[in-house]
Amino acid sequence: MSAKLRKELRIDILALVLFFAIMAVDKTGLLPAVFDHKWISLLVYLIPYFLVGWDVVREAALGIKNRRPLDESFLMTLATIGAFVTGENSEAVAVMLFYQIGEWFQSYAVGQSRRSITELMDIVPEYANLELEDGSVETIDADDVEPGNILVIRAGERIPVDGEVLSGESLIDTAALTGESVPRSVHAGDEVISGCVNGDGLLRVRALKAFEDSTVAKVLEMVEEASEKKSHTENFITRFARYYTPIVVAAAVILAIVPSLFTGAWSTWIYRACTFLVISCPCALVISVPLAFFGGIGAASSQGVLVKGSNFLELMAHLDTVVSDKTGTLTMGNFSVTEIRPAEGVEERQLLTTAAAVEAMSTHPIAVSIRQRMAEEGIADADLPELSNITNHSGRGLTAERDGSVLSVGNARMMEELGISAPSGSDAATAVYVAEGSRYLGALYIRDEVKPDAKRALKEMKEEGVRQVIMLTGDRQSVGDAVAQELNVDHVYAELLPQIKVEKVEELLSELPLKAGKNAKLAFVGDGINDAPVLSRADVGIAMGSLGSDAAIEAADVVIMDDNLRKIPVVMRIARKTVGISTGNIIFALAVKLLILLLGALGYANMWAAVFADVGVAVLCILNSMRLLMRKQFRLPE
Amino acid sequence: MKKKFKCEIDCANCAAAVEEAVKKIDGVIDAKVNFMMQKFTLEADDDRFDTILEEAIKVGRKIEPDFSVEV
Repeated sequence: MSAKLRKELRIDILALVLFFAIMAVDKTGLLPAVFDHKWISLLVYLIPYFLVGWDVVREAALGIKNRRPLDESFLMTLATIGAFVTGENSEAVAVMLFYQIGEWFQSYAVGQSRRSITELMDIVPEYANLELEDGSVETIDADDVEPGNILVIRAGERIPVDGEVLSGESLIDTAALTGESVPRSVHAGDEVISGCVNGDGLLRVRALKAFEDSTVAKVLEMVEEASEKKSHTENFITRFARYYTPIVVAAAVILAIVPSLFTGAWSTWIYRACTFLVISCPCALVISVPLAFFGGIGAASSQGVLVKGSNFLELMAHLDTVVSDKTGTLTMGNFSVTEIRPAEGVEERQLLTTAAAVEAMSTHPIAVSIRQRMAEEGIADADLPELSNITNHSGRGLTAERDGSVLSVGNARMMEELGISAPSGSDAATAVYVAEGSRYLGALYIRDEVKPDAKRALKEMKEEGVRQVIMLTGDRQSVGDAVAQELNVDHVYAELLPQIKVEKVEELLSELPLKAGKNAKLAFVGDGINDAPVLSRADVGIAMGSLGSDAAIEAADVVIMDDNLRKIPVVMRIARKTVGISTGNIIFALAVKLLILLLGALGYANMWAAVFADVGVAVLCILNSMRLLMRKQFRLPE
Repeated sequence: MKKKFKCEIDCANCAAAVEEAVKKIDGVIDAKVNFMMQKFTLEADDDRFDTILEEAIKVGRKIEPDFSVEV
């Protein structure tokens, strides 16, 4: 609690005690000399009134001076003056008192949720250990690190800026950024991200970026700015408040004047009008919506998901279609040899060695996977036969010569040209055929493996209300179909060039309102590397595994820091809960206000009820919003 | 130049009002008063930045007496 809040609390309590003491003496008739006299009684009540309400009255005056007359302070001041005029001294003080107590509680609650969000975002490094040229180490501000500086990161310290490990190895804890509880192991040559906590090892790191360009600064800035991108609900309620207050104030004026002209009971109707003024404050409505979204964004970031605006969180609650890229998003994006099928009379090892030798110099992912398999089988580079004349035949494969005979490694087309009828492989895998001269040696089948959690993630998305999952891929139809079947994807569009992916998403977007209603939204999930245009075209662009990738963080609306697809249904749950809470708040606040307005006009609700409708409702709405900050509820189920 | 400061601002409405007023000050390129994060961001002409900042705080105080900025 800040010093200011503490001081305000003391004043509020003092005024409260004083007020009840005065009221007790007044109502029990102990001091008729004071309270039977109208003016003296008023003066006594004015003591707690000004004690607690001085700021409000002063701000009301300022509001008039600045030509913003319909602000809360003015309305409260007017209502309480009205109550004094009609002789309801105790109620006038009560309104001011409880209004101030409510305001205090609001500040406290907002401060509290702000604190818990910054705690969730506890990633800011406080210092850096700079290694000087003479080998000594100096502690400096993380802000002062320059790219190229050599930093020493000791056990348990936070990594100050994004950098590259020069020496040392350690396990680093990325939980604050990714929500991932398993530490990541890093060695020399690996990049490390600011904000992660070093484990037991000592690391020497070369800074790659200054602090303000590092991941931590980017993440913090995004979370801070997220609350500035307003949700529809918030825009609606701000617009609503703009009309609500003047209308209720106008109703109060009419209520004070019109019935009084007929009945002559001026003080009764002025009192009722004053209850209107108290209820006319839109504070509960205006505060509760952004607070709920703020909490929702905080909850998401504690799970390692950055949502770049309240509006995007709101859209996530209405996801109907999820369009996903295949390679690198649903699949691992690294190929591996899953099957070796030699022709009759050929040994598995011989086949692999031949293929590896021909592909030895290639950097194609397929070549890499063959060499990887070779290493796994314990075949060293030195065991490979020497080849000459290695030639690349684009779109077919490679050839090389050994002892006069031609070795061919490539696809079905290459075999066709050699006059070899190669067996067709399985649909899901890419087949690499090997031949010596015109003799068929066999085939290697290479696959991109599906991510272990992908199937479960898609199932959980469906459970959260996603109607269809669509996969886009540049890969062959048969490969796409096989992955789709394995994961239960609803539709596959294969053999798409990157620019066609945008067209496909636009097509799906235009179909959406017809098939699933106006509110249905489409998200695109990609790894953020080549799909920036698609990410920005979709209602919500979700980038995966983006820790440290600036391009992805820029392009996407929702950034999943680690590589876990299952965070998508988690964010959907947070989003739905956020929208539910903010809608609930609005309905509750409006219902109570309307009810008390009605009862107030009829004379059944007094000012105490009006104060509840204003302050009590605001407090309840804030408490309701703060439920989002209980972070355990959104953890991934094991 | 763009700079971020910690600030104290009591209500969401006042934050919006202060932000509007500061934006109208001569020399201010952009200003933000972030109620949730209690952050004040000022983007203004480099050479007069400090005077503009002072002016901004003064303008803010006039609207919301409790507005304060940690410089």
